[in-house]
Amino acid sequence: MFWQLDLVILTLVVFAGLGSLMVKDLLGAGILFGAYSFLMCLMWTVMGAVDVAFTEASVGAGVSTVFFVAAVFRTSRRTKD
Amino acid sequence: MEDIVQTVVAKYNYWIYITLMMMGLYAMIAKNNLIKKIVGMNIFQTAIILFYVSIGVKKGATIPIIKALHGHHEAINPAEYMNPLPHVLMLTAIVVGVATLGVALAFAIRVYNRYNTLEEDEILSQIRTKTEEI
Amino acid sequence: MKAIGFVIVLLTGGFLIYAAADFPGWGDPNSPASLHVSPYYLENTVEQTHVPNAVTSVVADYRGYDTMFETTVIFTAGVVCFFLLRTLLRKEPEDRLYRHVLTGVTIRVKEGKLPPSEEFERIDTTWTPHDLIIKTICRLLVPFVQIFALYVICFGHYSPGGGFQGGVILGASIIVYAISTDLRSELQRIREKTDALLSAFGVFLYAGTGALCLLLGFNFLDYHALAPILFVNRVMARSHGIFIVEVGVGIAVMGTMIWIYSVLASRGHYDEGL
Repeated sequence: MFWQLDLVILTLVVFAGLGSLMVKDLLGAGILFGAYSFLMCLMWTVMGAVDVAFTEASVGAGVSTVFFVAAVFRTSRRTKD
Repeated sequence: MEDIVQTVVAKYNYWIYITLMMMGLYAMIAKNNLIKKIVGMNIFQTAIILFYVSIGVKKGATIPIIKALHGHHEAINPAEYMNPLPHVLMLTAIVVGVATLGVALAFAIRVYNRYNTLEEDEILSQIRTKTEEI
Repeated sequence: MKAIGFVIVLLTGGFLIYAAADFPGWGDPNSPASLHVSPYYLENTVEQTHVPNAVTSVVADYRGYDTMFETTVIFTAGVVCFFLLRTLLRKEPEDRLYRHVLTGVTIRVKEGKLPPSEEFERIDTTWTPHDLIIKTICRLLVPFVQIFALYVICFGHYSPGGGFQGGVILGASIIVYAISTDLRSELQRIREKTDALLSAFGVFLYAGTGALCLLLGFNFLDYHALAPILFVNRVMARSHGIFIVEVGVGIAVMGTMIWIYSVLASRGHYDEGL
């Protein structure tokens, strides 16, 4: 579609990725990773890849975030890094 | 100068995917926490998928589902549909990515059970003191 | 370590930027990726397989061999998670926690169990108070989510969808039930043997369809061979073959998602979880 929408979503994708890597709380990193995944799915819908976007919405923004939260629940939640 | 500006503007999706790939690569090498390394691996994977999908884009084309034609034998013009081949390869890549994520998180839980921490430098110092004792 | 990481990232990034100047422009219909094989798929998918969704017909029929091995990879990931974390032998006797409903007092009973009664309910080590809204809504939501997942699998021929997406949504419906109530009550409904058998059955359905085509005299995964069994002509036999294969993929993915979630959330002991 038009390039303004592309540019806005791409900027948000980079910010969500940076936030997920720099936050010191691991639960927040998992949820920001879910947001990054969902913004990627929007990106692919705008580009016309509807099958890939459907798969990423169900797999990345759904099940993958749940796996992260379950693993953080069973290990520690704070990190110094 | 005009040439360089033209090149930068016409291919802006490539610069974004290079940025995301380098973010993922830096997180995998330089971060200390194991869960942050796993997040970096997934950012790297989705950046590769973005690159492949953006190769198959055609200007002014529609999604690759053939419209229902009432007389079935009209010729289909392939220039007005998007390229379906990168989408097929990336379907496989996404699902393999989530399987790898499950295995990596199982490894992280196992490491935590053994060493009681998830930071890489503390794990390495624990291993070194154990080998010095022996 | 951070300095080494920075140097590697700058070198690789510079090399990639230098290589990206040679790529074709974005959205060019004459780029080499779109000229050689994909026009054949786009032109012939309706008249050879009667499936308008070009991505589904390519993934399940023209490139069906790759999809079979991908299903095997998903099943292997479930098996690997099981082998890494699952502890089967329990050495110490388990002690159970009970809670008196009226006053909120928790008692711990070692090596035994109380008979089921109105006043005491069994709880986990990490217990949260009973939340009526979340439990009721999740219980009402699960059948509608499952019907939508079955719709996605069956309509993969005509709209975006297919086997993977429907299988993941089916698995997610069971996971939402496990999160809203106990993991323990979900494990009583779907036991571990059922999960493992579902994943293996999905892979068997896919590979079995290919082997059936081989036994009937054609190539492996050539769905023309199913035409005399299903009593249709050869073009519709390919469409039905794609549908059987997508159902197999969906079943395998559902079993693996539930299995990996219950192994991760209970740390391998399989008794209590999120």
